[in-house]
Amino acid sequence: MELSGAQILIDGLKREGVEYIFGVNGGAAMPIFDALYSEQDIKLIPMRHEQGASHAADGYARATGDVGVVLATSGPGATNLVTGIATAYMDSIPMVAITGQVFTHYIGSDAFQECDVIGVTRPVCKHSYLIKDTDEIADVVAEAFHIAKTGKPGPVIIDIAKDAQIREALFQYPETVDIRSYKPQVHGDPVQIEKAAALIKEAKRPMLYAGGGVVLANASEELRQLTLNTQIPITVTLMGLGAFPETHPLAMEMPGMHGSCCANYAFTDADLVIAVGARFDDRVTGDLSKFAPNAKKIHIDIDASCIGKNVPVDVPIVGDAKNVLTELNKQVGATDIDPWRAQIQEWKQKYPFEYEQKGDKVMPQFVIEQIYKHYSDAIVVADVGQHQMWAAQYFKFTEPRQWLNSGGLGTMGFSLPGAIGAQLGCPDKTVVNINGDGSYIMTIQELVPAVTMKLPLKVFIINNMYLGMVRQWQELFHGKRYSAVDYHDNPDFALLAEAFGATGLRVEHPEDVEPALQKAKGINDGPVVIDFIVDEEENVFPMVPAGAGLGDVIRGLS
Amino acid sequence: MNPEERHIFSVLVENRFGVLARVAGLFSGRGFNIDSLNVAETHDKSISHITLVTHGDAQIIEQIYHHLNRLIDVIEVTDLSTGTHVERELVIIKIATDDPQKRTEILQVAEVFRGRVIDMKPTSLVLEITGDEGKLKAAIDIFNTYGILELSRTGKIAMLRGSEK
Repeated sequence: MELSGAQILIDGLKREGVEYIFGVNGGAAMPIFDALYSEQDIKLIPMRHEQGASHAADGYARATGDVGVVLATSGPGATNLVTGIATAYMDSIPMVAITGQVFTHYIGSDAFQECDVIGVTRPVCKHSYLIKDTDEIADVVAEAFHIAKTGKPGPVIIDIAKDAQIREALFQYPETVDIRSYKPQVHGDPVQIEKAAALIKEAKRPMLYAGGGVVLANASEELRQLTLNTQIPITVTLMGLGAFPETHPLAMEMPGMHGSCCANYAFTDADLVIAVGARFDDRVTGDLSKFAPNAKKIHIDIDASCIGKNVPVDVPIVGDAKNVLTELNKQVGATDIDPWRAQIQEWKQKYPFEYEQKGDKVMPQFVIEQIYKHYSDAIVVADVGQHQMWAAQYFKFTEPRQWLNSGGLGTMGFSLPGAIGAQLGCPDKTVVNINGDGSYIMTIQELVPAVTMKLPLKVFIINNMYLGMVRQWQELFHGKRYSAVDYHDNPDFALLAEAFGATGLRVEHPEDVEPALQKAKGINDGPVVIDFIVDEEENVFPMVPAGAGLGDVIRGLS
Repeated sequence: MNPEERHIFSVLVENRFGVLARVAGLFSGRGFNIDSLNVAETHDKSISHITLVTHGDAQIIEQIYHHLNRLIDVIEVTDLSTGTHVERELVIIKIATDDPQKRTEILQVAEVFRGRVIDMKPTSLVLEITGDEGKLKAAIDIFNTYGILELSRTGKIAMLRGSEK
């Protein structure tokens, strides 16, 4: 039987096990939305802005490990997706973004709502397809999902001309996908793994440095086994938090610009760094010439282009983290590094994350500590800025996919829609959205679908009435010239939440923090927004200033 | 700063809409250099052969190799500079020949470079010369002294020798 292109697309998505499509309707995508209208197996989640839709699909993917799907129309619908696609690309999140395109005969004519989506998204996606012919749809869907979720995952764009959505063709879905030009290397070279094992046995001051790749590869178990078997201290990056429990004695917590002094000092003194699914990002390494100067480096990564990009590597291992760690675990055992472990413990004891209580102000770090106390098992979706760093520092993550944030692109506005995706993907979990006053208002409109769906999201705003991280840099590096960061003119977020149909609470005193969190726990018939009015000029410390080495970390202002 | 090297990459890609833009975009987006670029269909209509000349230090060259491989439509990347290879380039040059004496001289020089005349008008002629980079440079330098009106070259095409594949 012949089906419309739109129906073939939907049937293909069903074959791929898609549960949800996040989208915003529009002219060139109407046939697809029409096909979804009577669809039983896939739920369409109408969002209020395409950026929000893309972050929701991304949040779903991060929380579940499955491919997130977003759907938008041509032109502005598609360009509004770009930030979300780039966000997913930087963090290697599996996503399929479907955009309607103008009729084939209009392509290239500057037609109404026409945009060269393939051209615009080329540098921020893993791959992309323009479909002009209905016969191509089934094969492209199968390929797109295969590419999005295998190798180093990433977003794939399917741009479909409206006439290809309308025309009919036979639905024949490929059983397998074989792309001759795409064969990700998933098994590490055994010779290299042996070399790595030998280095680990010889090292006196080794450390593990794990990143988001461990989470993406579902390799947390293997990472834990390696850490516990060797008893090598471990630091986990912002993207990997939860891959190894931060509550464990071997955990040095997050490294880098706002990371723990312990992890940063460890890098500076280590004689061996074992990087797993981490990419030596500038926010982790600081000044490269001073980064881990005495250490040999083992780098395990699925992406060969990531190895040796920023830091020369002694033992490169291209492969999937799960496979490589499984092999490595067979070859390594207990290490004889007691003095080094003692040194790590000393740094840990001496330099914990800490802050000073200022008068009767609500300290942002205190709010995070209290959130952790009440929601330690929750999925935490953070936005970008000071609150993100405080959440990373003061919430102790113990499970992979428990902490979701835009680490690579640093996209403000990610978290509220991201939390919607996470909650739909994990309906049995509590989802806490830790947001900032600047980032919250960037995608605040997505409170609408959250209210409509009665999602029990806990939206906690760390409100310092500033674009806080930028203000901190202005304070430290621009002579307190607070250009364009004053957000005192923001609306009352508690009242605004009520206007949206959510529950809104405002907290201005330290003693009200805990009762408000308790109250939020009991509200499960829709989102609850708590606006925590915190100390306005608190800074994030420790801090490695841009351009400095990790050893030059500023522990605090005092 | 490590020394810069010139490398010739032979890249087999799917002969498909937009692939060249992906390759070129990779270079512009990551700040890699393209010294010359040649693209054409091969004997297999589904595959195009890109010959790309670039330069950079060893780390950059390695990055270029890996990033090319990372593109989904790229079937195979070979760094020809790591093996013995043959390379050719073709140039066509239009030269002013305002007096017959000069024309004769130009034709003699063309002979030295095994150039062929592919067009001749009363006041100009067009020569075709093939060769490696050194030969073409020598030829262009000489013809420059006669006044080149127009010049167009293909960019390098190259492949590994014999059974090295």
